Formats: sequence, C-alpha cells, structure tokens
Amino acid sequence: MILFTELFEGLKIAWAAIRANKLRSVLTTLGIVIGVVTVTLMGTAIEGLDKAFLKSISFVSADVLYIQKEDWGPKSDAEWRKIQKRREITPEQEAAVERGATMARAIAPVCFSQRLITYNKRSASGVTILGTTDQLLFTGGGLTIADGRFISAAESDGGRPVCVIGTTVATNLFPREPPLGKKVAIDRHAFEVIGVLSRQGDMFGDFDNQAIIPMTQFNTVLERRTGVDMIEVKVRDTTEVEDAKEELRHIMRKARRLAPGDPDDFAINQQDQILDIVHKVIGTIAAVGLFITGLSLFVGGIGIMNIMFVSVAERTREIGIRKAIGAKRRTILMQFIIEAVTICLLGGAIGLGIAWPLTLVVQHFLPASMSLSILGLAILVSLLTGVISGFFPAWRAARMDPVDALRNE
Amino acid sequence: MKNGSLIRLQQLSRRYQMGAETIHALREVSLEIKRGEYVAIMGPSGSGKSTLMNLIGCLDTPTAGQYELNGVLVSDMDDNRLAEIRNKEIGFIFQTFNLLPRADALRNVELPLIYAGASASERRLVALEALTSVGLADRVHHKPNELSGGQRQRVAVARALVNKPSILLADEPTGNLDTKTGNEILALFDELCAKGHTLIVVTHEEDVARRSRRIVRIRDGLIASDEIVKRET
Repeated sequence: MILFTELFEGLKIAWAAIRANKLRSVLTTLGIVIGVVTVTLMGTAIEGLDKAFLKSISFVSADVLYIQKEDWGPKSDAEWRKIQKRREITPEQEAAVERGATMARAIAPVCFSQRLITYNKRSASGVTILGTTDQLLFTGGGLTIADGRFISAAESDGGRPVCVIGTTVATNLFPREPPLGKKVAIDRHAFEVIGVLSRQGDMFGDFDNQAIIPMTQFNTVLERRTGVDMIEVKVRDTTEVEDAKEELRHIMRKARRLAPGDPDDFAINQQDQILDIVHKVIGTIAAVGLFITGLSLFVGGIGIMNIMFVSVAERTREIGIRKAIGAKRRTILMQFIIEAVTICLLGGAIGLGIAWPLTLVVQHFLPASMSLSILGLAILVSLLTGVISGFFPAWRAARMDPVDALRNE
Repeated sequence: MKNGSLIRLQQLSRRYQMGAETIHALREVSLEIKRGEYVAIMGPSGSGKSTLMNLIGCLDTPTAGQYELNGVLVSDMDDNRLAEIRNKEIGFIFQTFNLLPRADALRNVELPLIYAGASASERRLVALEALTSVGLADRVHHKPNELSGGQRQRVAVARALVNKPSILLADEPTGNLDTKTGNEILALFDELCAKGHTLIVVTHEEDVARRSRRIVRIRDGLIASDEIVKRET
C-alpha cells in the first residue's frame, strides 16, 4: 500500500517537475524520441527483410530435395576446389534413384547452361537454359504456366525441339507479339516456344530469365554431357522428408559405389539449408543495425542522466525538506527514477507515434509492418533506458545528508 | 512513561572533520526534556545549538553518546529508521519555512502523511483539519508564494503537527518574520503548549526565548546554563 502510494506520488511529482521545466524536458525527451524512432524503424526493416527473404525462397518448398555434387552451405575456397573434383552425377545414378525411391512423388534431372537466345533481330543474353523432363513441373515448387503448356512426356523422351520460357525472356524477345508458336534460336538451333512461365521473383538470381528444354535436346543439340547437375525429388509427404533423404542417400551411395567408411561425395540439399543461411545473414544485419541505432538511444540515455543530475542538484533543498519530514532513501530514489522513466516513456510513446507513419513508407520497399513485438520492445527499451540513466542521479539524491541538503540555498 | 523523559541525551558529542581540523560542535552534552515542556535553546552562532537541534531532530547522528527518544535508543539507528522517526515523532518548523514551492498549502501539509502511507482521503481530512487549526482554512489551495510570511509559517506548523509528533522542533521560527507576525506565531506556540505539545525552540532572540518555560544556553558545544523562566505578571 505504501509502495503504491509512493509510486503514485512519485508520478505526480515527476509530472510536476517535467512541466516546470518544459523546454528542458522537451529537449531531453528528443534524444529518446530519436533513439526509439531509429531502433523501431531498424527493427521493422529487419523484420521486413526477413519476410522478403522468406517470400523469395518460397519457390523452394520444404518437401523438395535436391541431389547435387555440392551442398548449399557457405564454404572456403579449398572446400570449393575439392567439391569441383567430385565425380559427376550420372544418368545411371538418376535412373537408380527413380527405381529405388519409394517416398518420391516426382523426380526430375536438371542440367544448367547459360546461353544467348535470339528471335529475329532481338536477343536475350545470359539466359539460364534448363535441360529437364516433364517431371520438373511436379517437383519444382512455384513453377506455374502463365501461357501455353509445359514440356510433355513424349517431348522429353523424343526430344522435339520445344522450349518453355520465363517472363524476362518473353518480354525481351517478344515485346509486341505473342510468343507461343514462334521459333527462337538457342545457339543457332531452333526451338519452338510452347509455354511461358509465370513470374517467380529475383531475390537469388533472376529466375525469370530462363528457358526450359527437354533433357534429350540439351544433351544432343547444346552440349554433350555425361552427367546431370541436379536431381530434384519431390517427397510424397512433408513428414517423410528426413526418411526420404536417408533413403536417397542410401541409393546414391550404392549407385556411386562408395565403401561403407567413405564420406558422401554428393549432397542432398533442402530448404532448411537456405533458411539457415538466410537467418545467419539477417541475424548479422540485425545485430549490426540494432547496435548502431542503439547507440543513438544510448546518447539519449546519457542526455537523460545529465539532466537528472542537474535536476537533483537544483532540488537539493527539496530533497532535504522531504527527508526531514520522513522520506526514506528508497522514496527519494524512486522519485527520481520515476521522473527519468516518465521522460523516457514519454519519448518512447512520441517516438512510436513518429515511427508508425514512417513504417508505412518502408512498406513500399519491404513487406514490413510495426509488429506488436517491436512495439513492446520499444516500450521496454525506453523503460530500461529510464531506469538505468535515472539510477545514478537518483542514488546521489537518495544518499544526500539531510542537514547538508537543507543548508543548500 | 507519561511524565518520564521524552528526550534523554547522555554525553552526546558531535565532531566534524574540516580538512585536517576537527571541530567539536558538541562536547558530551547531557540533557533531559519531559513531555509537555516548552524549552528554548539559546546560544550565539557557532555555539553548537544547530548541531544540537539536528541531533534532537534525528537529522544527524552523534559521534559519541546516547540519545533516547520516547524510551527508544535512536542514536545508532540507520538512515531509514531515522526517516521513520522524523516522520512520526518530530515536527519541524524552519526559519525559512521550507515549504515545497510548487505545491499548494494542502499538499505541503499532506506530505508527511504521504510518507506515513496514509490513504488519499484520510490525508485530505487530516491535512484540512491541521490547516484549520492554524487558522488557514481559507488558504488551502494557495501556493507558498501566494501566502504572507506568517501564513507560510502557519502552513509549516500545520505540516509539523499533521502526524501528531512527540516533539515540535522550531529553528528560529520568527527569524524571517516581522515582530507582529512573529508574535502571532509565538501565540500559536503558547496555544500548542497549552494543548500539551512538547516544544523545543532554537533561537538567539531573548524575547522569543522568554516565551518558553525553560531556557537552555549553549556555548562552545557545552550547556552553559539551564534555567526555568520566571513568569512575570
């Protein structure tokens, strides 16, 4: 009960003190306002960045496994060179996977190459050419047809020269006419456009600047590969991903004739690995960003501490009077901490009020919104700033000798 | 305890360290004051009378000796216990009034009740009663700078009375007042004395001291004399 009364009285006194020095209070609060605005915006931006990343990798669904020579994690140059020397993944191994995988819904081999595509006098450069089968439509997440159709089973077996192009290729080559049925040239070989893919996004390389052709065409017309770059495996059920991964690993080891003690000389990649990398990157950005913006809050806190020391010095006599008529150390300590906290919370509230419309601006660039957690964080941070920066001045006030304090003019 | 000693000082000493020099502000002073007494403490400046007042008022602690207030040994209490004693047992009346400038009369008087933990409604009631008893019922919402010196000192008296303390401790209560208002305050003290309050007035004015019943004179940190005032009339 006494504590509550003291808290309430402390608030009243703090409010009176803040009002008594309006200009000073406004200037001090400004430091916290700026701090809270920057921290809040940074938090919002990071959350937005996180969301944008996740959205952009949504084409990699959780139930697709990618068998490749290299894994997706970050690695050193030495590791890179070692991985480059690994044996290729052969069509025979791919066939073994197709035969042996019991938990797969669809399996598609993929080869990549960068080529120039031309149509009449127009050209699209650096296009990623994917050699694959009709199954890619069922394995790859996010592959949808905007116009026309995908490669058929017969086309991927028979190797008719057809292609499905991404939106970037389509707009580059066919600015005015419909692309379907037209013959484009890939390395001077004619391919008929049978479909256009819908837009996919470009956070990790331009996935719209691609063209998909049958694997048989890829290997006869463009290149003569002995292996494939990747085998995409869509797992039947998300709950089976780990089991399926283990099964695939077993099949691959057997197909590549690895002795029981040998390490895998291939990798089975999945979404988690990208998520790990993304989270590491965002974590670093968040730590650095919040540290830098936190500095401005720190400066604001120093401002509060400074002004609280002044306030304590100015009110030495008041402290003496209060002590003489029975205020305990705790009471005085609390009174000044409450004053600092009030300034900080006020600054925090104003800061949030300013940051809110600014996040609406940020929303144009990132899928960001001021979340409740950021709101709570901002309030908590301003509260803590108040307590920490108010503590030392309040401590000095609380320890004052009443006789000395009363003598102060 | 009714007629026993309210204040019992036994060989109370207070030394200050001023650089390399030690100042003996009070040297083994022993003094007893009974409940209901009206005592004036006199002495020239530097005599130690302020030190004595600070010690009696529990604002300061002695370097040596014992101080019993109401039968409780207060000379070795810590800061927080002393704050409690000041709040409940002692009512201060200062020369410069020492009211909070931003608070109105009512709030100034409520202050000791806040620290005692009284509820808002109770505070208001008791504070209003105290202000009425010093004749300021119509000035409760005036701030100190809207009140005359005499009125300010009355507010201070009301504040001193509000927790029903054992002692009223006045330090040069008329020092900042003209003779007329000073006399009004002294008349108020007479009234309080008649009601049974224990009053200790520190002063260097003979006229003020003469209004009390007992004068203790301090010189060089020692009690020079302790006499009963003979009432003339």
